[in-house]
Amino acid sequence: MINSLFLINPSGEIFLEKHWKSVVSRSVCDYFLEAKEKALEPEDVPPVIHTPHHYLISIYRDKLFFLSVIQTEVPPLFVIEFLHRVAEMIQDYFGECSETVVKDHMVMVYELLEEMLDNGFPLATESNVLKEMIRPPTILRSVVNTLTGTSNVGDTLLTGQLSTIPWRRAGVRYTNNEAYFDVVEEIDAILDQSGTTVFAEIQGVVEACVKLSGMPDLTLSFMNPRLLDDVSFHPCVRYKLWESERVLSFIPPDGNFTLMTYHVNAQNLVAIPVYVKQSISFFECGSDGRLDVTVGPKQTMGKTVEGVMVTVHLPKTILSINLTATQGSYTYDNGTKVTTLWDIGKLNPQKLPNLRGSLSLQAGAPKPEENPSLNIDLKIQQLAISGLKVNRLDMFGEKYKPFKGVKYITKAGKFQVRT
Amino acid sequence: MEWANQLCENRQFGSKMTDSKYFTTTKKGEIFELKAELNSDKKEKKKEAVKKVIASMTVGKDVSALFPDVVNCMQTDNLELKKLVYLYLMNYAKSQPDMAIMAVNTFVKDCEDANPLIRALAVRTMGCIRVDKITEYLCEPLRKCLKDEDPYVRKTAAVCVAKLHDINAQLVEDQGFLDTLKDLISDSNPMVVANAVAALSEIAESHPNSNLLDLNPQSINKLLTALNECTEWGQIFILDCLANYTPRDDRESQSICERVTPRLSHANSAVVLSAVKVLMKFMEMLPKDLDYYSTLLKKLAPPLVTLLSAEPELQYVALRNINLIVQKRPEILKHEMKVFFVKYNDPIYVKLEKLDIMIRLASQANIAQVLAELKEYATEVDVDFVRKAVRAIGRCAIKVEQSAERCVSTLLDLIQTKVNYVVQEAIVVIKDIFRKYPNKYESVIATLCENLDSLDEPEARAAMIWIVGEYAERIDNADELLESFLEGFHDESTQVQLQLLTAIVKLFLKKPTETQELVQQVLSLATQDSDNPDLRDRGYIYWRLLSTDPVAAKEVVLAEKPLISEETDLIEPTLLEELICHIGTLASVYHKPPSAFVEGSRGVMHKRLPARTGSGESTESPDVGTAAGGSAPEAAPSIIPSQGDLLGDLLNLDMAPPTTSGPPPPTTGMQMGGMDLLGGGLDSLLGGDIGGSPAMGAGFGAAPAVMPASLNAPVGGGLGDLFDLGGVGMPMGAYIPPKIVWLPAMKAKGLEISGTFARRAGVIQMELILTNKAMSVMTDFAIQFNRNSFGLAPAGPLQVLTPLGPNQTIEVSLPLSTVGPVMKMDPLNNLQVAVKNNIDVFYFSCQYPISMLFVEDGKMERQVFLATWKDIPNDNESQFQIKDCHLNSDAASSKLQGSNIFTIAKRTVEGQDMLYMSIKLSNGIWVLAELRVQAGNSNYTISLKCRAPEVSQCVFQCYEAVLKN
Repeated sequence: MINSLFLINPSGEIFLEKHWKSVVSRSVCDYFLEAKEKALEPEDVPPVIHTPHHYLISIYRDKLFFLSVIQTEVPPLFVIEFLHRVAEMIQDYFGECSETVVKDHMVMVYELLEEMLDNGFPLATESNVLKEMIRPPTILRSVVNTLTGTSNVGDTLLTGQLSTIPWRRAGVRYTNNEAYFDVVEEIDAILDQSGTTVFAEIQGVVEACVKLSGMPDLTLSFMNPRLLDDVSFHPCVRYKLWESERVLSFIPPDGNFTLMTYHVNAQNLVAIPVYVKQSISFFECGSDGRLDVTVGPKQTMGKTVEGVMVTVHLPKTILSINLTATQGSYTYDNGTKVTTLWDIGKLNPQKLPNLRGSLSLQAGAPKPEENPSLNIDLKIQQLAISGLKVNRLDMFGEKYKPFKGVKYITKAGKFQVRT
Repeated sequence: MEWANQLCENRQFGSKMTDSKYFTTTKKGEIFELKAELNSDKKEKKKEAVKKVIASMTVGKDVSALFPDVVNCMQTDNLELKKLVYLYLMNYAKSQPDMAIMAVNTFVKDCEDANPLIRALAVRTMGCIRVDKITEYLCEPLRKCLKDEDPYVRKTAAVCVAKLHDINAQLVEDQGFLDTLKDLISDSNPMVVANAVAALSEIAESHPNSNLLDLNPQSINKLLTALNECTEWGQIFILDCLANYTPRDDRESQSICERVTPRLSHANSAVVLSAVKVLMKFMEMLPKDLDYYSTLLKKLAPPLVTLLSAEPELQYVALRNINLIVQKRPEILKHEMKVFFVKYNDPIYVKLEKLDIMIRLASQANIAQVLAELKEYATEVDVDFVRKAVRAIGRCAIKVEQSAERCVSTLLDLIQTKVNYVVQEAIVVIKDIFRKYPNKYESVIATLCENLDSLDEPEARAAMIWIVGEYAERIDNADELLESFLEGFHDESTQVQLQLLTAIVKLFLKKPTETQELVQQVLSLATQDSDNPDLRDRGYIYWRLLSTDPVAAKEVVLAEKPLISEETDLIEPTLLEELICHIGTLASVYHKPPSAFVEGSRGVMHKRLPARTGSGESTESPDVGTAAGGSAPEAAPSIIPSQGDLLGDLLNLDMAPPTTSGPPPPTTGMQMGGMDLLGGGLDSLLGGDIGGSPAMGAGFGAAPAVMPASLNAPVGGGLGDLFDLGGVGMPMGAYIPPKIVWLPAMKAKGLEISGTFARRAGVIQMELILTNKAMSVMTDFAIQFNRNSFGLAPAGPLQVLTPLGPNQTIEVSLPLSTVGPVMKMDPLNNLQVAVKNNIDVFYFSCQYPISMLFVEDGKMERQVFLATWKDIPNDNESQFQIKDCHLNSDAASSKLQGSNIFTIAKRTVEGQDMLYMSIKLSNGIWVLAELRVQAGNSNYTISLKCRAPEVSQCVFQCYEAVLKN
């Protein structure tokens, strides 16, 4: 099982280590740091590394490396999933996941890690359970604690850890009972030069914020559940009922959680909300090129496209650019990767935004070989682009009437335009 | 006033409120200060001090000096403080075992606490203190906790057994904890069941043969019930455990599959992949015509696709596994090509894996899409990725014949880009395309030749040279092109040198008139000016071939090449089956069996897919057949002689007569002259060797050189060959049968002849004892043989120099040669001898052990062995039993080696040792043997394969004689 965890910052410094079995010297990280040196980008470090006596499994998240050490045959996905849970836990407790935050709350992080694994076996990874044992820091609580001498650590036996519904704590009480669901869809797409869709799919997720007293039993149904190609559920969802009736029946955890994720990859169902007309060319001789990009709405179902951003990945040999945008502003980054980020904002169908101008290459650099690539970011409120609609939400088991709400939003995921 | 001060201090806390304050102390007396604070009366101050200690510990500072002070804080009601102290204890107990004992009492007391949380915490922490002395005290509390009324305590205790086992395995067994743990599998609480399974699985890993997880239908049922109710992590443990079970029949298999399928919709990708493993394994047992089978196939695709939208690290592991799944069951994902299209933001390791799977899924139906994508990738930034994309285009051409033309034109487009590494990769793959589709795309050669100068990588240069040599007759200036390479011959890498040598010889054979000078130049460069033995050997072989028999040279060098196989990188089927059983594990990421790399894999059991119900697979004697097809290095390990042998061999090196080793030299053929004993066996054998049998060719498909395989001896073999030379005339006793009377005195007017045959230092000898039982003196001895099966003839006169007086005895040994006239005898090893003396001529016949004809260079190359074994028809195989032989396989092997029966490889299957051996007779006939030795069984089984099956019986007799003496 999982032997040790090291947190490493991008410059290769180990700032936290935790061992659940015997102590493994931190020199084991050298193998990882070596691999990191070799990789061009931190994202490119291979996630599984074989050393003479250990395996190093790592993830790169929030600009930090979470590196675990294992000694025996352990499913790597198990380890990777766990590492992501650690990152989520830190995010959940302290609002962000960063080196500073971890250093500021070192002891609490350490206590949390101790609760999450026992001898390398997962012990309590549900946020609800953890929060009952180790209360997240708030300014008020620390003041109260120091004044009264009480501690952050719960000392009662945790109900959630033992019941068959470990995700929900008992005795929840709210004055305002409410249940909100966000249907968030991301479009992953690759469009080719001519604008034809090479590949497109939708990754959907239903995020829930449920603040209901007692033990509510909820049933959520969709107008068109057959749209979904593949679904994965929070453990609370009763799978049998989904199989037979296509409804989501569950006793919810308390607070925020991901109810389900789904996947739509029937190509014809995936609407592409914008089109991009682009031409990026370099002259055969001389050291110049031109760039001309226009973005316009396509299948938007009558909604406004907002938050449009275009990232142009330019060849490394570019020295400078001189562009004019008819709408929004652009920034130019000449770091390890040369990119131009064009922040457009709302898309106006009457007056299409355009970015054009000249590119100059470093003196003597040959005509770039690779084709630049564009990534698009966008947002459409009040629309699930797959057409998925929630039909109704019913509550059983409790007597009060809850507030209910559903929100839809569509975003661009990995939305890429080739040139 | 005091309270006001404290408030002030608290304010400070409130404003700062972070742990970074613990790191600010860098004063010299830090430890001293902490010590004082730890011993403070104020609870709060104590806690803050412990926190500071822990903080120092987490950043790797040594605070072990504070051990007694921290342990003193342990007896407290404050749960947080207790936990903090425990954290400290776990970290430092090992370095301070005596101090750690101080904590024991508190632990034992806590294990009796009314609060189950405290009980669990105590037993959990105790298990983490890896100190022998503490473990003694742990047993009693642990036993209680395993039977605790509270499931939370039980589940914690279950894990504690695994911890204890790690520290002291014997103790766990003696105390009977393993049985208690097994009982917990039937616990009413699913979480307890899951933890018990996890603990047992971990313990089982260090006891591969113990029957810890004894799975039967009842326990399976319990696990399946717990599966639905336990946590996501517990589900992983249970699924992995289920995967080890072998259902009794297809109905049980189906019912398990039905209950596991819902796990495919779990949000945790590890659960999904473990479920996929169970389904992939149990599916094997379902009849394919079953409706459920196709339903299940359909259900597997969507979750696999969903895994690809997860974080890149998860994608990577998923892709490595999908790579196995598409090889085993391509139908599952055949319609999902597009999800493997590479995205700009994918990390490089994901990109490379996706590319691999795209090629595996490429078919006629989707090839257009795939090619368009690959062409796109070839213009990306990352060099590694671009190279692989170009290679992928070549693989598509080879895999999907209909697309070959399009692939070639795509590659030509890429060559036009003139991007250096793209051009080089393209040329390497075009060479493969030429091999797969000969005489189809040669029109592009001109374009390739234009790029000759830009090639700077050995592989690309070698590929280009191969193309020029292979199509020399169509390239007008082939000689100029090759000559230009020749200038810097010594600076080239071996790969290029070898290729250049072959290419020029090819050119010479095709256009002999104009290129004589060139070929002489390259031959002298290769043979005289090179230090590389491979290159030299190849040069000499060509030279000899060209000078003795140009027609034969043409047949050899320009032989029809075996076509390269569709996919050269498929995983070998048995390995694939094993890996499918390990889906989701590290083995599946590395595509190696766990035994190959898991640290201290203590004899991991090989897993096999269950056979479909009532499978009657014929178990053909050796697995050699399959091994020859793929790489299968594990089939024949241990051929490296032990050190002792090496030493012996080295010592013998000097005495060795000048016999050539290595590839059968052409002279062997000469020596045996017109002898055609036993049909064309010899010819076909030699032909098979030099021409390269198809099987060997296939194994070579990936290698750039397209030389006939057997000429291309692997570099590593050189040293071994050298030592093998010493095998000649091993003193360790070639078998010599006892002397028997061949000619009784009664029949020969008083001359009695007894004798035997021996092979000493490579020379066959007839050892005779002549006794004069007559009354008169005997003189003028001479000996002659009749024609016999192996052309045995006296190599010199019978050396009886002094007259043999009455009742005198003389021992003579007569060296024999094998170049005499040949006639097949019955029995084969019969020899008719005539001995003359001053009295008369006497005739007798005797039988020689065929082992004396076994020559010293009878050790075959493993590769050649595999190919030859396959090549010899099964009808030629004969099987014998050797009874009552009490040697183990190693002893047998070394004994046989003394008689020039060479063990080439040994492998052990289920306690049975299989020795693969080769023998070469003096007339060049090869006999291949497989000897099976079962431990504890004195009966050996031997299978002999030979192109001349007549010799088998004699060879068997030799085995029996050698092994029993």
